Amino acid sequence: MRLEYPASIKIIRVPCTGKVDVQHILRSFEKGADGVYVVGCMEGDCHFNSGNLRAKKRVEQAAKILDTVGIGGDRVRMYNLSSSEGPLFAQYAREMEELIQNLGPSPLKLAKKKRAA
Amino acid sequence: MIVADKKPIEEIIEEIKEYENILILGCNECVTVCEAGGKKEVGILASALRMYFLNQGQEVKIDERTLERQCDHEYLEEIRDVIDKYDAVVSLACGVGVQFTAEKYMEKPILPGVNTTFLGATEERGLWTERCQACGQCILARTGGICPVSRCAKRVLNGPCGGSTGGKCEITKGVDCAWQIIIDRLNALDKMDTYEELSPIKDWSTDRAGGPRTVTREDVQQ
Repeated sequence: MRLEYPASIKIIRVPCTGKVDVQHILRSFEKGADGVYVVGCMEGDCHFNSGNLRAKKRVEQAAKILDTVGIGGDRVRMYNLSSSEGPLFAQYAREMEELIQNLGPSPLKLAKKKRAA
Repeated sequence: MIVADKKPIEEIIEEIKEYENILILGCNECVTVCEAGGKKEVGILASALRMYFLNQGQEVKIDERTLERQCDHEYLEEIRDVIDKYDAVVSLACGVGVQFTAEKYMEKPILPGVNTTFLGATEERGLWTERCQACGQCILARTGGICPVSRCAKRVLNGPCGGSTGGKCEITKGVDCAWQIIIDRLNALDKMDTYEELSPIKDWSTDRAGGPRTVTREDVQQ
C-alpha cells in the first residue's frame, strides 16, 4: 500500500502489546520521547486473550504517573486496530503526531536543555 | 506472606525532597508477589522520581537495586560497599525490611516506600486478603482451619455474633462472616461436635499485648 506516516514516529515492535510495561513507557520519556502510543489488536481479538487489555491498563497507569510527575498523562495513548488496517495505522500515527505537536516538546527535554545551558 | 501497598508518589517525593543521592531498594520476597516493592516497582518509582526532579530543575541522582530479602543480614550486607554513595534509601520492603536496613546502617536515613498492611493471601492477581494476625497462639485446629482472630471483626472466639446475616458480617456486606465459614467448614469435615465446645479464654500475652515478641530456637542457633 506504500502508506506514509510521520517520520517522527519510531516503531518498537513487541510480540504482543501485553509485553509493554509501565516501565517501558516511562523509560521512553526519560530517553527523550515526547509521546508514546501503544497500538494493539482489537479488544476481544487478542491471540493471547488479554494482552491488549493489560496494555490498556498499563497505559492508564503510566498516564497517571506522568500526570503526577508533571510530564502530562495526555502524552500516552492506546489505539486498537486489526492487522489488516494499514490505512488506520497511518491515520492513528498522524493523529498522535498532531496531538504531540499541539502539546509541544516534553517538559523533560526543556528541563534538560535548561540544565545544559 | 506480608502484604503491602504502594505509597503515593507524592508522599515519597515529600520524604526525599531534601536529598540528592537516593537509592530505591526493592525486595524480592513478599512485596514482589503483591506487586508493591519488587524489581519492577523499583524501576517504575525510580523512573517517575527521576522525571519529577529533572522537571523541577533539581539535580537528584536516583539509583535502583533489589535485594533477595531485606530481613536477613547476609542480603543487606550486599549494599555495604555502595551505601555511602547515597544520602538516603527508599526501601520498598515491608516494615520489617525498612527497620532491619535502618538498624544495620545507623547513619543513613531509610525511608518507607510502601504501606505494610497485613499477613494475607493472593486471592487473584490484584486482590489480596488478610488471613493471619500473628497472635502467637494458633487456634485453627479448633476452628476448621478458618481464623476468627483475623477474619472476624470482633475477634469472637465463640461465634457467630448477632451481626451475622446471610453469611455476611454487619460491618459491610462485602465481608464474609468468619464464623459462618467456620461452621460451613466444620460441617464439611463432619466435626460440628467441636463447635459445641466452648473456647477457653485466649492468652493474649502472645499477641502484641505482651509487647514486642521474639522466637528463640537454641536448637538451630550457632
